[in-house]
Amino acid sequence: MRRFTLSLAALAGLTLAATSANAQITVGFVTSLSGKASSIGLNYEKGINAAYAYQSEVAGQKIKLIKLDDVSDVSQATQLARKLVEQEKVDIMIGTSSAPGATAMLSAANELKVPLIAISPVRLGIPKKGHPWGICVTQTPSLMVSVIANRMKRDGIKTAGFIGFNDSWGDLVYNGAKKAEASGGPKVTSNERYSRTDTTVTAQALKVLATHPDGVYDGGSATQGALPLIELRKLGYKGGFFGTPSLLNRDFVRIGGKAVEGVQVSAGPVIVTSQLPANHFSKKIGTAFHKVFKKVNGTEADDGFSGYAFDAWVIFLKAANTALKTAKPGTQAFREALMQAIYSNKEVAGVHAVYNFTPKSYYGVDDRSLVVVKLVKGHWIYQP
Amino acid sequence: MTAQIAAILAIDGIATGAIYVLMALGFVLIFSVTRIVFVPFGDIAAFVALTLAALEAKQLPGTVGMVAVLAVIATAMELFTIMRAGAYDKVPRAIFYYLLLPLIPAAVAWLTSGTLLPAVPRILLAIALILPVSPLLYRVVFRPIADASVLLLLIVSVALHFALAGLGLLFFGPEGVRTRTLTDFSMMLAGVPISGESILIVAAAAVFCLMLYLFFDFTLYGKALQATAMNRTGARLMGIRPAQAGAVAFLSGSVLAAISGVLIAPVNTIFYDSGFIIGLKAFVGAIIGGLLSFPITAIGSLFVGILESFAAFISSPFKEVMVFSILIPVLLWRSYTLVQAEEDHEE
Amino acid sequence: MSGRTSLIVIAVAVTALATAPLYLAPFTITLMNYIGVYALVALGLVLLTGIGGMVSFGQASFVGIAAYATAWTTALMGYSPWLGLVLALVVTGIVALILGAVTLRLGGHFLSLSTIAWGLAIYFSFGNVEGLGHYNGIASLPPITIGTFALVESDRIYYLIWAVLLLTMLGSYNLLNSRAGRAMRTLRGGNVLVESLGINAFQVRLVTFVIAAMIAAIAGWLYAHMSRFVSPTPFDIDMSIEYLMMALVGGSGYLLGAVVGSALVMLLKDNIQDVLPLIMPSSSGRLEIVVFSILFILFLQRARDGIVPFIAQWLPDTVPPRPTEAEPLGRRKMPAPGQVLLEVEAAERRFGGLIAINNVSFEVRTGEILGLIGPNGAGKTTMFNIMTGTLPASGGRIIFSGKDITRAAQRDIARAGIARTFQHVKLRPKMTLLDNVLLGTYPRTVAGFISGTLRLDRIEETRAQYEAMKQLDRVGLGSRPYELAGNLPLGNQRVLEIARALAADPVLLLIDEPAAGLRKQEKLALADLLRALKAEGLTILLVEHDMEFVMNLVDRIVVMDFGCKISEGGPQTVRNDPRVQEAYLGGVD
Repeated sequence: MRRFTLSLAALAGLTLAATSANAQITVGFVTSLSGKASSIGLNYEKGINAAYAYQSEVAGQKIKLIKLDDVSDVSQATQLARKLVEQEKVDIMIGTSSAPGATAMLSAANELKVPLIAISPVRLGIPKKGHPWGICVTQTPSLMVSVIANRMKRDGIKTAGFIGFNDSWGDLVYNGAKKAEASGGPKVTSNERYSRTDTTVTAQALKVLATHPDGVYDGGSATQGALPLIELRKLGYKGGFFGTPSLLNRDFVRIGGKAVEGVQVSAGPVIVTSQLPANHFSKKIGTAFHKVFKKVNGTEADDGFSGYAFDAWVIFLKAANTALKTAKPGTQAFREALMQAIYSNKEVAGVHAVYNFTPKSYYGVDDRSLVVVKLVKGHWIYQP
Repeated sequence: MTAQIAAILAIDGIATGAIYVLMALGFVLIFSVTRIVFVPFGDIAAFVALTLAALEAKQLPGTVGMVAVLAVIATAMELFTIMRAGAYDKVPRAIFYYLLLPLIPAAVAWLTSGTLLPAVPRILLAIALILPVSPLLYRVVFRPIADASVLLLLIVSVALHFALAGLGLLFFGPEGVRTRTLTDFSMMLAGVPISGESILIVAAAAVFCLMLYLFFDFTLYGKALQATAMNRTGARLMGIRPAQAGAVAFLSGSVLAAISGVLIAPVNTIFYDSGFIIGLKAFVGAIIGGLLSFPITAIGSLFVGILESFAAFISSPFKEVMVFSILIPVLLWRSYTLVQAEEDHEE
Repeated sequence: MSGRTSLIVIAVAVTALATAPLYLAPFTITLMNYIGVYALVALGLVLLTGIGGMVSFGQASFVGIAAYATAWTTALMGYSPWLGLVLALVVTGIVALILGAVTLRLGGHFLSLSTIAWGLAIYFSFGNVEGLGHYNGIASLPPITIGTFALVESDRIYYLIWAVLLLTMLGSYNLLNSRAGRAMRTLRGGNVLVESLGINAFQVRLVTFVIAAMIAAIAGWLYAHMSRFVSPTPFDIDMSIEYLMMALVGGSGYLLGAVVGSALVMLLKDNIQDVLPLIMPSSSGRLEIVVFSILFILFLQRARDGIVPFIAQWLPDTVPPRPTEAEPLGRRKMPAPGQVLLEVEAAERRFGGLIAINNVSFEVRTGEILGLIGPNGAGKTTMFNIMTGTLPASGGRIIFSGKDITRAAQRDIARAGIARTFQHVKLRPKMTLLDNVLLGTYPRTVAGFISGTLRLDRIEETRAQYEAMKQLDRVGLGSRPYELAGNLPLGNQRVLEIARALAADPVLLLIDEPAAGLRKQEKLALADLLRALKAEGLTILLVEHDMEFVMNLVDRIVVMDFGCKISEGGPQTVRNDPRVQEAYLGGVD
């Protein structure tokens, strides 16, 4: 029993870390650097590194960036959100690399009244009282799918099979495909799932083929998004593959090889910045992004995820600029001002989209935020 | 489901099952000699694949660092034990086995990084790099507690898996790899195309199963190895060295893991954490074999592969549920058919 | 530490906990909430694994089932969280009951492997069952409300979590010190011991399993309404292993170990997060789990029992007062002397091709002391095992008080009035002398798990303790009833077993080599005790090697050799029987 009091005293000791008064803006960034979502999470981290190098102070105030790893665990993401707010006293949070994780963080943000810019899709109700305390920079999953579904419709595809991950992302894409079907898109003829670590998807591919679809939706992401496509080609499928920005991944291209040649995905403009016309809204900021990304990370930005982190930073910078006029960092007033500024700043151009947020929704992009690109000989080519 | 589809599923199941066979044989091998359920076996196999991929990309594999660190720690522990017993004449031997031997492949890899070796030396180098890892782990992690209960060894094994998975992510990154194909051969069976790779895996599984079965059931040394698992003190009294038996078991297990990794890597995308779940399913097969019979383990693992294939067809989101639920009746059946001496409880 | 000091320390700790939100930083309170919830699950594991000996890798699944049950009730159906609690407990309880009924007959590592199996199966189901939000989970769970007071902020639900935790600890403490708890604590001694005391081992295991699951369910309910978001990932095997880690690190045999382990693991993780980036800035995220696992492995190598016992050894022991006098427990009616009490008819036992008992027949009459002697390996202990149901007979019959008990279960035979001791002493070395003897009273008492937890069994418990004390005094071990049984010399341990057997108020007492390891004086005392017991009407069947002890004590003797009965009769007759001499000495020419 004595131990109990001792450990309690130790607890108390460990926590009396008082934070110094903030003369700087503190931003908390959460991503998955380890665990199942790490392949995507590391891309986000690269994006935020590029963003910080791009601009690390605003209106003379330095920005302190705290990066934390949520080990692909939703509980940990929630805990980290609280840690950032209660211990590090951040002004704003950005995170994380999985949809449930981002939703959990948003839930906490609403409760703690601290702004959050979510970089993965969220699914949460708008609070009944007051305004929400978060936004989501991504396109809604249904928008991602409807853009490609429209392209499929345009190309005469009437039926489409679906094969995707057995996780939240797979669910989101499938739901998007069903929604598109309801608005006149291709009829979804199957709902097959597989895991990232599976060694074979023959059975699932067989079931997809059994419905003789004109095209196939790929609801996977990153490297393993290629697995079902390879298998389908092996089984003799000759039709087209269609997907979402989650397939924009160097290893997807490498592993997929011949099988994924010709796949068309909806994508943020950032992926084909160099091919965009000069008057495209994201041409200037996109070019700057690619340049600083290469300098900081040493590789090209050829995935869609890093761009979200970068855009989150862009939105934050603009909001901070506005908020600094009326409040000081480190105060609740500043957080409120940030949130209001996010709503009032209109037509903010990022590498992915043009952003307009309102308190009625977490999402703020329209269909300018997506283009269709096609994989040709290992490169993504803009398909206007 | 038509006959054609059933044939495809069955053949696919056998191909997957063969992978499980190789891993399950490794589990049974290590357990039957040391009573350790070596959960990280799958991770080691995955590491070989990742190492081979790194060599193909002309990069220095992360395994080099891992082996170096482990070798140093193991040597230090061994030297500490030897010097405490005052047996200074054993020092050179210890340094040779625990430090020099493991570092030779690492040195070779370091010297040849940046160049692309031809296929066979490349594969041999990848295997040689991984080979020391398991015995070194045995020395560092398990030998200090070798007489603990099976449960404690199991828990330590699980903790070790987490450490290795984390190291894997650190050294190899989160992306998956596929190595170059070993052969482009392909044939048709019952109207279904079968790749040469799959045939290789099935052949390797069959060969190893036979070898292990003959070795453990019919040779004196094999029986001596099994004796150390059943009664360490008794084995020691008979002149069998349990520590050496453990090292041999882990080394052989390493070989099996390495070959599994090399064979799987061309046909599957391997991530740093692929090993765990593949190992778990292989483990179901090992349990069917009662953790002691190699032929039944092989049949059991094939069964798991085929079951998974058909389960994926019936309802792909639930295939894992089906595979793992099967384990329960198998365990029940096994606990009745296996005579289990009531383990002396620790209290 | 006297009882009063313990109470003071507990009071201080509770006050410190109650006032914590006033002096601890807000994030620490958040951490404390997580610590509390996880400590609950770890507490269940202490009962299940530390006490009951069943290692489970699947507790997180129970947490998940409860969390989803309440999420469905509140977020999807719109009912109150308290209703969610009811559903969570019911569903989890039913699932645990089914899983336990199917798998708890497995032993050792097979049982643990089965927990991995269903743990994984349940986890993979969470994301795939329709209507549970799939992998995106269920969001916007309402907070728990007590009246109109909503537990939204960290420092409000803090009180509920810690109150629940402390209450559960109190209940567990009561349970472990009650009749049912003693049965739980005996589980690790092996099935043979448990059943020989008349305890239904499977039932005790099952109840322990369900209790652990229900505690995990409460934790799941609290967790769901604390984070107000439920998705599959927190309920996978990684989390189950972490719970196990917490229980092991803290000390799986100790209730406090659950809290200490949980606190330690959470604080360690939190601090590693802060420290690692300073040491290795670039790859810190991936090193956390590595450092963590390595620390855990080192810990398992050095201090397997956990932290709490490690520190507890430095603290002075509590010595409670001796049990007070109370109304004795009801006693069995002894049969009249001189009748046939137990009849062994052509008994046979084979082990594969080896015949251990070959057509042996004899009878035991009430009120007599019968000696069963023979050279080593004659089959005497095997005979005991057949008579008590520890091993099934391959042929023949055993009849006790006119009833055929050949196929009866060990525990039924124990309850019918046959008590035994073991050749290789089977005691609970970490339990006190008193507790060990109390085990014998199990068939004579009725208090169950609920009475034990709620302390409704005090009267019966006092009576049982008094009875046990009497037996301890009787065998001469009454001076230090709270000594740990493992500290006794072997000879005294054998005598303790006799006390335990007597506490069951048997009709027939089977004693296996009681004099081994006793000194001359002690043997005389033992002989006196046995004679006194015989005078009270107890029938005794005795296996012994010490000829002098046997010849002066017994009424009749049965001699066995190589599984056969070779002689029977009074001490003088047997001593002069040439077959007996040949068996012991190898031939008399």
